[in-house]
Formats: sequence, structure tokens, C-alpha cells
Amino acid sequence: MPKKNHDNKIIQSAPFISASDSVTRIMWDVVISLIPAIALSIYFFGIASAFIIMVSVASCVAFDSFCISFRTNKNISFGSPFDGSAVITGILLAFNLPATVPWWLVVISSAVAIIVTKHFFGGIGKNIFNPALAGRIFAMHAWPDYMSASWIPPRSQWEDLQASFFSLDNSPVREAFQSYATPLAHLKDGALAKMPALSDMFLGNIGGCLGETSVLALLLGALFLLFKKRITLTIPLTYIGTVGLLTWIFGGQKLFTGPFLFHILGGGLVLGAFYMATDMVTSPYTAKGQFIFAALAGVLTTLIRLKGGFPEGVSYSIFFMNALVPIIDRYTRIRIYGTRKEKEKNG
Amino acid sequence: MLFIKSKFRGGVHPKDFKDISRDEKLLSIDPGDEVIIPLVQHIGAPAAPNVKKGDKIVRGDIIGTPSGFISSLIHSSVAGTVKDIDLRPHPLGKNMMSVIVSPDTQAEERSSYKPKPQQQVDALSSKDIVSLVQKAGIAGMGGASFPTHVKLSPPKGKIIETLIINSAECEPYLTADETLVRNHAGEIIKGAKAIQKAIGAKRLIIAIEDNKPEAISVLRKALFEEGAIELIVLPTRYPQGGEKQLIQAVLYKEVPSGGLPMDVQALVQNTATAFAVYEAVYYDKPLIERVVTVTGHNLKQPGNYRIKIGTKLRDVLSQAGYEENPSSLAVMGGPMMGLPVIDMDTPVIKSTSGILIIDKVRLKKEFPCIRCGRCIEHCPMGLSPTEIASSFNRKDMDGLNDLHVTDCIECGCCSYVCPAGIPLVQYLKLSKWELRKNAQKKS
Repeated sequence: MPKKNHDNKIIQSAPFISASDSVTRIMWDVVISLIPAIALSIYFFGIASAFIIMVSVASCVAFDSFCISFRTNKNISFGSPFDGSAVITGILLAFNLPATVPWWLVVISSAVAIIVTKHFFGGIGKNIFNPALAGRIFAMHAWPDYMSASWIPPRSQWEDLQASFFSLDNSPVREAFQSYATPLAHLKDGALAKMPALSDMFLGNIGGCLGETSVLALLLGALFLLFKKRITLTIPLTYIGTVGLLTWIFGGQKLFTGPFLFHILGGGLVLGAFYMATDMVTSPYTAKGQFIFAALAGVLTTLIRLKGGFPEGVSYSIFFMNALVPIIDRYTRIRIYGTRKEKEKNG
Repeated sequence: MLFIKSKFRGGVHPKDFKDISRDEKLLSIDPGDEVIIPLVQHIGAPAAPNVKKGDKIVRGDIIGTPSGFISSLIHSSVAGTVKDIDLRPHPLGKNMMSVIVSPDTQAEERSSYKPKPQQQVDALSSKDIVSLVQKAGIAGMGGASFPTHVKLSPPKGKIIETLIINSAECEPYLTADETLVRNHAGEIIKGAKAIQKAIGAKRLIIAIEDNKPEAISVLRKALFEEGAIELIVLPTRYPQGGEKQLIQAVLYKEVPSGGLPMDVQALVQNTATAFAVYEAVYYDKPLIERVVTVTGHNLKQPGNYRIKIGTKLRDVLSQAGYEENPSSLAVMGGPMMGLPVIDMDTPVIKSTSGILIIDKVRLKKEFPCIRCGRCIEHCPMGLSPTEIASSFNRKDMDGLNDLHVTDCIECGCCSYVCPAGIPLVQYLKLSKWELRKNAQKKS
């Protein structure tokens, strides 16, 4: 906190040095890490994918600056629309939408993500829920036709996709894209024979939302984030591990025969585990808390996928666990130096 | 060294910039035309002045007497005339009662200290040593300035098994303890042994960080003839020189929350304090000068200087070749915990280990916390600074108590790592202050 001295000059107080890092750098590193996945989504879903991502990012940044401009308290920073956080929300929201969505769906979902989920709760750092996930969940419930009933095979029907993007009603979607299913839908129906090859699933040559299909691209970005120390492996490994283990045990006809690799590679798990569940703002502080958070999210995801009504459960699971973060934080605090004996006595 | 993990939790490892001032030479600085000797240079009750304006005094004369059990004697560092007793700038940032002396360079020559023969020192009892330390007005020279004679008189029934001499000097930029070791390792060891005798400790450990190879080899040589003294070289990490962290790193023990090192049968003394004890025991010399690192990026002669207590910063810096410049800031202490200097008339005191000239950083508006958790990860005490800051903003006093904010050692790691630039350690300091105020109101 600045203190004024005799000459009314502002002076600092200790520490006088700091680790050279900033929130803005952290955020833009995440944006950089998403570039391979953006490239591959354009490769698989064509120019429509680029449109969706651009509209999503532009509207998120616009809504963010709109909300920040309403903040009047000059003493507190509410972030900046260009700190990168709105850009991340925009990209991740687009990544969680199918290629068949029209532009207005993207804009409205962005508004829900930024205005309702982020700024109604207090702006950057204060939001309880991951904004991109909230936007996706809102879209899933508002427009189920677009969100879960209309998939296309990769590298096909690019003109239909563009028509759908610019249309105002849902007829193009109903007419053009009804015949294809994602790996998870096959899994839900028990149609293992129709599953694509694992290599296709790894590369992203399958149906699904824009950013979730290519595990390869997502892992490349995650490596960058790990290298830059922007994420740790606690959440992704625990989350993916829990889903893998539980779907292996319970996912098949008999115990311990489940097609766990399909569950790991087929849906939004890798995207969710590395990019959504690791969001600093909406995940617990400590490694212990993060482990509980991710393990419970894994249990929920498996429950929804195996027993629930939807083929996919990653977004709901993370969203639900977001709400539990304050209580997880409360019970997973680090033991304070010099309190060992106290604990032994009490516990 | 890659495989040695430091044994205390959290902490940071900033670039240390110790090379700027690292040199075996100990330079000296003349006091200016007046020295300002504050009557508060220790934790506890301020000393009361026992001289008056116009008195002629010689070097080492008592000018302030303790006014309580936890208090300390104050001696004059120069010979001369008492010019005034008045409020003057103090490193703590406010004006404090001080004795101002105009030095008389001719009188200086007459007073000097003569060494005692070793047999005489060997004959001293532990009580004698404590009283010599008290007479010398020694207070912890690492920063906290707790009167040393009090620390050396543990209450009855408390046994101190281990004495740790703290040569960690974990603050970046500072090399005062290191230089003292390189020049006076033998004397420091003698001082340490005197302290050991005073408290009856069985073990004597000298702990140092591995970024001071020259000092380590000097110590190794000095300790070669001595048995029974252990030298522990620790991997460098801030705040290893914190008393609690050092005990954890060296003894794998934790001082209980709210307790003292003696609760784990340990006592930590700073290197410079050990040297001061040596001078007190062998020479009857009071603490009137100390080694101070004067350093920074735009000084002509950075280095380590023997400086008389009370020498004004202005005089120190002009002799170290500093040109005042509006974009620099003078700091007393290291960059992590030092105090900014508001007035260049602020004097060097017993706890001043360094004077650092650092570039002023443009103050940024703090960004909102994004809950990255780095402050928690790096807190050596295992606290949750960001949660404490938000409890403070809500004025949630019970919450602050639950979060153990009183255990904060104010090392500044939280502020150092915060990517949002939130002055977390200031929030913690303010929280402690608010809690203290609250407790006073209640009682």
C-alpha cells in the first residue's frame, strides 16, 4: 500500500522486488496454448469454425468492456477487457459449441457467460462458475436442437455449416445435420461397433464440439502450460484418471471391461480436464483441495455418462464442482506452521 | 545441490544480487558533523536519556538507560558534545526521541578498547556473560532487535539444548554477515561459544546458505581446530534466515504457534550479534558500530562498511558515491523486508544490516485476485494470505483469528509472488494491527 512522505511523493513499502509475472501474462499464455486446437478445429470444421470462434471472442470482449465501463469505484481494478480472460472465455465457449450453431446463439451464450456468470458475481476473480461452461450449459438448455442433436462428420458439409451459421431459424440444421453421432452417443447406445478408430479420436477426426475433438492439439497446448507453470497436473490427471478407472470398472457389460479409452478420448474430457477444471478462479487453492475437486468431478462425469440422460457430463460435473470450491477450500487449508501438536490433540 | 530440498516449507528464490557488494574488504565511513542516536533501537521499553544538552561525552559512554526489563542500554558511538535531545527521523518511518551528538575527532583518539586475556574470559560464569552483554546494550542485529540479554536469560525450567548461529543471510543484496564471517570467523566463533556458555547449550550449530562459498570455506578452516561445532550448509531460499524457518530447516522442528524457539529447546542468534557478544565479552566494548552492506545498482562504491550507530544516511551514501536521484529509493534492510527511508537524516541503528538503493517501481493499481494460490503455496508459515486479505476487507475479525494471521512473519513472499500485484503482506500487517487494537479495546 502506498504511503505518502513529506514531499507528498508516493513511496512503496517492502517487498521492493517482485517475481516478474502478471495476471495478463498468465491469461495470454492460456490463449497461446489454445492455438493448436483452434487450428485443428478449423482444419476439421472449416471456415465456419473460425467464424464461431471469432464471434464468440469478439462478443465476450465486447460484453466484458461493457460491464467494466459500468464499474464506478476508481480505487479497485475490475480487470481490463484486454487482460486475456475474456478472450479465453470466448475461445473456450466456442470450443464447447458444435460447428452447426448460428451466430446469434454464440452471441447470446457469450452474454450469459460474461455478463451473468462473470460480472454479476463481481467480475474477474470473483465468479464462482466457469463463465464458458455456464454459457455452454445455458445454450444446451435453451437450444437443444443445435447443441446436442446436430452433429456433422469432420471435413464435410462446410457449405451447409456456413449457411447454418448465418441463418436465423433452425431449418438448415434440421434438414442438413441429423444423421451423425459423436463417439459418446454411440457409447450411450452401446453401439461399440460404430466407434471410430482410436487414432482418429486422438487426432480429432471425429464428431463433437469445435475444440474438444483433437486430443493431440489439446495436449500440445497443455504441455506449453505445464512448461510455463500455468497449470499443474493435479486436476487433469486426477480427473481423467478417475473417469478412466470408473468407466473401466463400470462401463462395460461386466465389471472391469469398460471401454475406458473411448471415454477418455471421445468427448470433452481432455478439454475439460486441462482447460476448464484448471481455471484458477473456479478451482480450489491447494493440491489437496484440487485432488478432491477433480476426483469428485470424475465421479460425477462417469455417473452422468453411464447412468444419466445425457451422453456427456463433463460440463455439468465441473460446473457443479465449481459450486463446492469454497467449502473444499475451507476444509483443505494447509497446516499452519507450529500447529502440529494442537492438531494431534484435537484429532 | 540439486537434490537437496530445503526443509522449510514455502519460500521464494529471488535473484540475489549479492555480487554487487560482495568483497572481502571492510570499509569504514566517518560520521558526519552530527550523529543521531535514537533511544529506541530495540523491542520493548524505550531507553531514558541520562545526559543533557551540552554534556561532554566520550565514545562508549552510556547516554540512555533501560526503563523496563525488556529494554536496552544506549551508548554513544562517538566522543563529543550532546547537541540536543529531541525527536528525529527513525528507520521506523516516524520521528523518535534521540540524542544528537556533535563528534569531536580529537577526543576520539583517546578512547580505545583493550582485549582481556583468554584465562580471564574462561573464568567468566554464565551470569557474568549475560551481564556483560547487557552492559554492552546488545539487541538482536538481524532485524527484530530483541534485547539479547533477555534472550540469554531463559525462565527457570526452560532448557536450551541447541544454539544456532544464523549466517543464512537470505535477504537478496545483503552481504554484511557474509563479510563479517570472512573477516572475523574466529571472533564470531568465540562470541558464539560465549553465548553457548551463557545458556548452557549442548549443541552449537552455524547455519549458512550455499550461495556464500567464500564464507563457507573460511568457516570450515576456522572450525577445523574447533571440535563440537557443526556447520550446516543449507540450499539457498528466502526466508531461511527467519528464526522459525531456520529451526525447521536445521532441526526439523516447528516452534509452536504463539511460542518461542526455547519451546523446542533452541535459540537462534544472528552472526553480527555473536560478533558483538565477542566484543562485549573480550573487550568490554558496547555495541556502537556495526557492519552494514551499502548496495544498489547506481552506487559508485557499493560494499560493506563499518558504520557508527547514529551515522546519518546522507553521510553514508555520499561516502559510498551515491548521487541523489528522484527515480531511486533508499531502503534500510533488504529488499524483501526493509523499510523505505523517507528522510535522508535517518540514522543507522543497531539493527540496520543494509542500506539499499533501489529503483522506484511505478505503483500499479492492484488487479483483482484470480485465486491462483501462489501466496498460499509460497507462505513459509502455511497461511492463506489472499483469504486473510479478503477477511480484512470484510472487517471479519473472527475470520482473521481463524486464519492465524498473528503467525505471519511478514517476510513478504506473498506480495513477491502475487501476479495481481496485491500488496498482500501489507494486508497481513494491517490485519495483525487491527486484531491487536481490537484485543486492547476488549481488555
